[in-house]
Amino acid sequence: MNNTVVTTILNFIGLVLLQVTICSNVNFLGNLNPYVYVIFIFLYPIKNNRLLFISLSFLIGLSIDIFSDSGGVHAAASVTIAYIRPLFLKFSFGAAYDYQAIKFRTINFTQRTVYFFMLIVIHHFILFSLVVFDKSEMVLILKQTLYSSIFSLIICLLLTSLFNKKET
Amino acid sequence: MQQLFNFFIKKKTFILFLLLFSYALSLTIQSHEYHQSKFLNSSSQVTGSIYGAFHGITQYFNLTSDNKLLSEENSRLKMLIFNQEKAMPVDSVLEYKYELYPSLVYKNSYAFPNNYLTLNKGYNDSIKEDYGVITSKGIVGIIDKTSKNYSRVLSILNTNSRVNVKLKKTNYFGILSWDGKSPEITQLKDIQDLVKLSIGDTIVTSGYSSTFPPNIPVGSIESYRLNATQDLYIINVKLFNDMKTIEHAYIIKNTDINELRTLNLSDE
Repeated sequence: MNNTVVTTILNFIGLVLLQVTICSNVNFLGNLNPYVYVIFIFLYPIKNNRLLFISLSFLIGLSIDIFSDSGGVHAAASVTIAYIRPLFLKFSFGAAYDYQAIKFRTINFTQRTVYFFMLIVIHHFILFSLVVFDKSEMVLILKQTLYSSIFSLIICLLLTSLFNKKET
Repeated sequence: MQQLFNFFIKKKTFILFLLLFSYALSLTIQSHEYHQSKFLNSSSQVTGSIYGAFHGITQYFNLTSDNKLLSEENSRLKMLIFNQEKAMPVDSVLEYKYELYPSLVYKNSYAFPNNYLTLNKGYNDSIKEDYGVITSKGIVGIIDKTSKNYSRVLSILNTNSRVNVKLKKTNYFGILSWDGKSPEITQLKDIQDLVKLSIGDTIVTSGYSSTFPPNIPVGSIESYRLNATQDLYIINVKLFNDMKTIEHAYIIKNTDINELRTLNLSDE
């Protein structure tokens, strides 16, 4: 119990620092940045107090917003994927989720990729819609969403597998 | 009543989600309006010091190019001094209209439609809102928030940014804004179609606002076209400044700013 609280707090701080100092300054091919702080929402323990989980997701988004002067775009996107996460857990892991028996460390690569990808796409779509904030720029929003999603997915998968190895 | 309470308890996650989401949305809408985002910004003490600590590491990556930039500027300024015919009068009466403060850029972004920079000078260094920020090559933006030790700059790469500029050759003036697309190209509007333009013409600040002194270089004309009503030009201006790699910036303080402000106020 205590152990999970400590890991959650460390994850929170570590991911915010990683995001604002390194990942937000990548600017790959001009303007592509990976958003890795979403890992916090993906890997938050399944057995949880949902109210706390949604509030924490909002807080991590808001912290990124404060650092990058972007109003509330990250907070809005994060709180949304935190709210709809159970739906995608069920979709990606099926029966295992119903029994609350998923261990993020043990799930296979394909399932993890599908689960990450769907949530990242939704997160990035909301994010860029709010960043651009212009209906007539739909093509730009979709393009940004697609490219950034792929970039974020790769970095997120790399990061999670990196830290998995260490723990086992 | 009982049913109402039951309803709220049953839907409490959804209600919390809705509350947080609408709060985030309101913050977003505020941030799209100029001078609206009140307390959440990167010039606060906590965020500023974290950016500062990280800047302590990353500054070493750009040392060579920064040194080159600074020595170029030095040589240009030396040349100005050597070519000046009269020596400057050494007199205590001599007052400068503009004061420059050097500062470091702790955070910079250019990938979004609304970009801001964070500088390591705040109101403890007598930096206030509406002071202009330039580099040795051109303009960067205008200070829009200050805290004790840090300040936030509304970059010219921000769709809310408006800077008064003119054509160096003909002195026709217009407003420089940004369409949010390329970080190298900004747009100059409100130049009439009678004006003769040619590609490569230099754009400088006009000096009509109290923020920037006149004749600071901004960029050169890359292309131009007429607007929908065929009477004004929309000019694409290629910036002299590389907004992607700014390390050192100067903050300009106009010592007459208070006087100008009271003058404008009495006008209204």
